Amino acid sequence: MTTGLTTITIIMIEFWEALRDPDFNFLRIALLMGVFASVAFGISGSFVVARRITYIAGAIAHAVLGGIGFALYMQQVHGWTFFDPLLGATLSALISAWLISWIQLRGSDREDSLIGVIWATGMAVGIIFLSLTPGYTDPMSYLFGNILILSARDLWLVAILDVVLLAIGVLGYSRLQAVCFDEEFARLRGVHVGFYYTLLLSMVALSVVLLVSVVGIVLVVALLTLPAAIAGRFTSTLRGMMILSSLLALAFIVGGLSFSYSSNLPAGAVIVLLAAGVYLLSLFRRSRV
Amino acid sequence: MSDSVAARFCGVHFGYHRTPVLSDVHLDIPLRRISCIVGPNGGGKTTLLKLILGLVEPQSGHLEVLGCSPRKARARIGYMPQAIHIDPRFPIDVASIVLMGRLRGSLPGFFNREDRKVLDRVLEEVELGDLKRAAFAELSGGQKQRVLIARALATEPELLLLDEPTAMVDAHIEAQLLARLKELHQRMTIVLVSHDDAFVSELVDRVICVNRSVEEHPTEKVSDPGLTHLYGEKVKAVRHDHRINHHHHHHD
Repeated sequence: MTTGLTTITIIMIEFWEALRDPDFNFLRIALLMGVFASVAFGISGSFVVARRITYIAGAIAHAVLGGIGFALYMQQVHGWTFFDPLLGATLSALISAWLISWIQLRGSDREDSLIGVIWATGMAVGIIFLSLTPGYTDPMSYLFGNILILSARDLWLVAILDVVLLAIGVLGYSRLQAVCFDEEFARLRGVHVGFYYTLLLSMVALSVVLLVSVVGIVLVVALLTLPAAIAGRFTSTLRGMMILSSLLALAFIVGGLSFSYSSNLPAGAVIVLLAAGVYLLSLFRRSRV
Repeated sequence: MSDSVAARFCGVHFGYHRTPVLSDVHLDIPLRRISCIVGPNGGGKTTLLKLILGLVEPQSGHLEVLGCSPRKARARIGYMPQAIHIDPRFPIDVASIVLMGRLRGSLPGFFNREDRKVLDRVLEEVELGDLKRAAFAELSGGQKQRVLIARALATEPELLLLDEPTAMVDAHIEAQLLARLKELHQRMTIVLVSHDDAFVSELVDRVICVNRSVEEHPTEKVSDPGLTHLYGEKVKAVRHDHRINHHHHHHD
């Protein structure tokens, strides 16, 4: 136990020293990114867990590769320099979210097929465009994330997205909650259910885009849902879940980054394993929800 | 529409795809009374409520609720759905659910002091005052049901629709609750759905039997103490062999 604590202390000290090193600017950006992103994860992740739409978040995440591949292709081949991968990812995430919400609101009983189609098609489109793009693009950094290659500009975009998500989460809280809990009753109270459900999936889509840059497409679902699932064992309200899961996400990102720095292991994977480990421990506590 | 009718169905037909659920429904639900809808599962009881709420539209025929179209009347109706449609493990506390009854329209906003006053009042009415901050997931089935009744009451409705309030509550508690509601809200019209089609609470003024078509059946007093003991309240037997004839003397 003592040696464990000593190791953790050493890891943290090493990490904080690296943060102060002017040559390690990327590490500071990564950390700030984690701080901003954790707020978004906490808000959207709590809705995802409460409404049980993890599989939708998964589909949106995988569709993101299509947008990234398309953006890289357009940049390289057609010289659309403004069309960077983050923009491509955002567009493809939003389009898939709107498509899913449209099908669901029409009450089609085949929504799970559509979600599967979006999931796989997004990946396929992404792989095709990546292979058409001249020069070597490593899909690994998108699939498994690379928080260490983010630029200061990415950080600004994330901060803006954060403010937007926070504003929607606070102002629309009671109506989003009502739509998640009991759609029919919300409709009877005059709430435009279609609008709020689409808004909710758009929030999930934007958070997924942020997450992809931190942990990558494949691991997104874990970081979106694990903090909220753990939080659900300690609080009985959606609001409490949001606050607690934001803090947990922050802890996992900072903890995972420092450990990956000292052990030279991929950051995304370390962050997710840390979250999964804490989740397993939390199972020993009696659930509140 | 006459002053004494809360909802009026005139020749209403409704079906899903090609399966008719309700056909040729003529029905008056009296104002400020307690009506009970009984009938077999799949007979159209819940559909009747959904028509009143405007959640489904009749394929033919006409219906009027509180003097206007169902959609317009919506804001004045309190609705308690069957609890099976609600995720029992949703992370939410009692107060947040009941406050949903205070939502008005789509514009973002927050609850005010008046809303919180109503919250406290309706929680007292269903005797859940001390469970305001309790987690919904930790409540018993009967308590969950009462939270949903409180949410319906929080809308301050003129017409209260309760879909199977007895499903998860034992009959004894339900009878008390109904008596309390009747006493507290004398101006409110109450329509409740029950899966028990043999006996209804003594407080029920009107029994509506739904099985694709709709008939009103009279009730008669039962004085069997065994039955009273079983149901925990005074009940009336439904005479399905008799029919109350409708005389649709429209007063409008």
